[in-house]
Amino acid sequence: MTMRRRSFLRIAGLGLAGACGVPVARALSGAVRTEPAPTALAGKRWAMVVDERKCLTKEGCRACIQACHRGHNVPAMRDPRHEVKWIWKERFDDVFPDQVTPYLAAEVKERATMVLCNHCDNPPCVRVCPTQATWKRPDGIVMMDEHRCIGCRYCITGCPYGARSFNFEDPRPSLVGEPTDYPGRSKGVVEKCTFCSERLAVGKRPLCVEACEAIGCGALAFGDVGDPGSAVRALLRDHTVARRKPQLGTSPHVFYIL
Amino acid sequence: MLDKALTGTHRYWTLIVSLLVLVVTGLVTYLHQFDVGLGITGLSRDVAWGLYISQFTFLVGVAASAVMVVLPYYVHHYKAFGRLAILGEFLSIAAVLMCLLFVFVDMGQPRRVMNVLLHPSPRSVMFWDLLALNGYLVLNVVISRATFRAERAGMPPPRWLKPVVYLSIPWAISIHTVTAFLYSGLSARPFWLTAILAPRFLASAFASGPALLILLALVVRRTSKLDPGDEAIGKLGEIVAYAMAANVFFVALELFTALYSDIPEHVEHFTYLYRGLHGRAALAPWMSVSLGLAILSLVLLLVPRLRRREPFLVLASLAVVGSLWIDKGLGMVVTGFVPSPLGHVTEYWPTGLEALIALGIYGLGGLVLTVLYKVAVEVREEMEA
Amino acid sequence: MHDAGKVLLGLGVFAALVTAPIWYAVGRGKGGPPELEKPRDAKQCIEPTSTMRARHMELLDAWRDAVVRRGEKVYVAGDGKHHDMSLTGTCLGCHTDPKKFCIRCHEYAGVEAFCWDCHQQRKRG
Repeated sequence: MTMRRRSFLRIAGLGLAGACGVPVARALSGAVRTEPAPTALAGKRWAMVVDERKCLTKEGCRACIQACHRGHNVPAMRDPRHEVKWIWKERFDDVFPDQVTPYLAAEVKERATMVLCNHCDNPPCVRVCPTQATWKRPDGIVMMDEHRCIGCRYCITGCPYGARSFNFEDPRPSLVGEPTDYPGRSKGVVEKCTFCSERLAVGKRPLCVEACEAIGCGALAFGDVGDPGSAVRALLRDHTVARRKPQLGTSPHVFYIL
Repeated sequence: MLDKALTGTHRYWTLIVSLLVLVVTGLVTYLHQFDVGLGITGLSRDVAWGLYISQFTFLVGVAASAVMVVLPYYVHHYKAFGRLAILGEFLSIAAVLMCLLFVFVDMGQPRRVMNVLLHPSPRSVMFWDLLALNGYLVLNVVISRATFRAERAGMPPPRWLKPVVYLSIPWAISIHTVTAFLYSGLSARPFWLTAILAPRFLASAFASGPALLILLALVVRRTSKLDPGDEAIGKLGEIVAYAMAANVFFVALELFTALYSDIPEHVEHFTYLYRGLHGRAALAPWMSVSLGLAILSLVLLLVPRLRRREPFLVLASLAVVGSLWIDKGLGMVVTGFVPSPLGHVTEYWPTGLEALIALGIYGLGGLVLTVLYKVAVEVREEMEA
Repeated sequence: MHDAGKVLLGLGVFAALVTAPIWYAVGRGKGGPPELEKPRDAKQCIEPTSTMRARHMELLDAWRDAVVRRGEKVYVAGDGKHHDMSLTGTCLGCHTDPKKFCIRCHEYAGVEAFCWDCHQQRKRG
């Protein structure tokens, strides 16, 4: 049987086009109906205020870190190079080098300051992600989709705050305590704080905020700065606050009362 | 045509087998990395990119440097590059292949690489870099195949080739510019946030690529009847001289801006790179070597009487490749991460397994290059006979 | 046909090698579909069995995008019932041990399911 090249190409092209129709047909055959939960918290712009004056980290408190990491099955990696952390403490002079003068007391310079993803208005990590595995939600949260992440670590490279962690190895063997039902991550993907989006979706506030309140400290405030009547708006109106590296134009939405 | 690579001397087969051993070792090691994750490398939470991405960066430069031969030969009809052009194009193909492989082995979830095409992200420079690199590979394969077959048949190349060649010239410049853009737009990394990064990349590319081509051309001349010619090799030497001079000048410009402005955020990266920071100085001795090799190469290249003598040209080319490999390969990428955004100094050094994977990729590139060059040599020898 | 004997012998050997996995499985008594452990408490999945068998991956992908990318939580099934869109919560709530259900079919069909790398942190079943 002889076939001319043109006929072969035509048939092959049609076959390929036909094969492409399968997902289209499937999509049209029965759309999956989904909706938000009726209890979901809706905000115009979520933000957090950290009141350093109240924070008890200097007394060794780790309530927020433990609540977050336990709740989200964040592993405790033995190799410090492979550390995974969503919220943690850093020295004040490393977090706010611009606030440091030669005359600042040593205890203040060394003061432990909570750091986490700043959920910026203009996030460089979102801009550089080649698959949109990280993106900006309309309510301000910079979200992570670990199903889509290819582990290129460009977002880690682009984040001016060092807020993101990569899973260099399978995290499962390094989980501490009883795991929760929150999905863990696999090796080879990036993770970070997501302002507890899974809790907001069912009307609950972030784990760190609740844990801090539970011990009677209340240094972490979370709310909707898009709502002029919210508690966080009141805090921001009544106090001068600092943000990390504001000169970079990222417009972070974790505010610090120093 | 590729069947010409299946016959050869004892020396040829020794080279092929050695490269295959490198490739297989690298592949087996990569399968281990695929299984347990990138933790087997020296990378860390602070230093997210290391050997793999630095080799990708260096090799993009080598790939782009084909334009230094293509432009004079095809556009300005510089006939002396006649025999060299195919060697340059084949070097480009091998280099781009290695680039793509280095990116692949660096990914945490390589199974999902298609997501870059399934979910196009035009705001991400990495998206454009992948398109540019793959496009350049296709361009080079198409161009070299067409010219080669035409030459072998003793016929002029097809008419559509000319516009395609013209396209490949800005494309070559763009692959290295877009690779520089991966780095030079990041507010998080002041060490890379400089407009001169792309010109530096191009200058070092146009020095290291042609230097490598000089060495390869001399090897080909020694081991076969394909002789690119003294004039071509000499002209390449001149190109390397000017490109290396420009590159060293650009480094000096960077040092001036950082050190004279004395802004800590800029100075501390250079301090780490050349002198060490907080007691950590893994890269400093390497940078001294790189600087020394750069000066040596400039002396040998800028003095015509030295440059025109083969032993000195070989030494200069080796010095250029060595110096720039250290500078772009080790120095540039890692230093962007040290110190970290929170001021920590976490050092990076590749592990043995990481190096084996890298060598495996170099082996594969070398294998592709050897096969292509063998074909070129055989065809040329046939034609002369 | 030249060398007909050798060609036919070669074809026979090839056919035997290529179908070897089938003979191996049949020989071990695993020639048929696997035995799945059904949930003890629930009689009906969120959609009919035939729908789930054909489209469960499609459903899970849609849930993934709805939950992760749009912040939604509720799935409205064909019969109008509302379910929480959660692989770990809803699906594993009844199919408590993936090893005795999901993985059995996936192994038989040779389709890798790496959901459990992430979506099963607690020991179940």
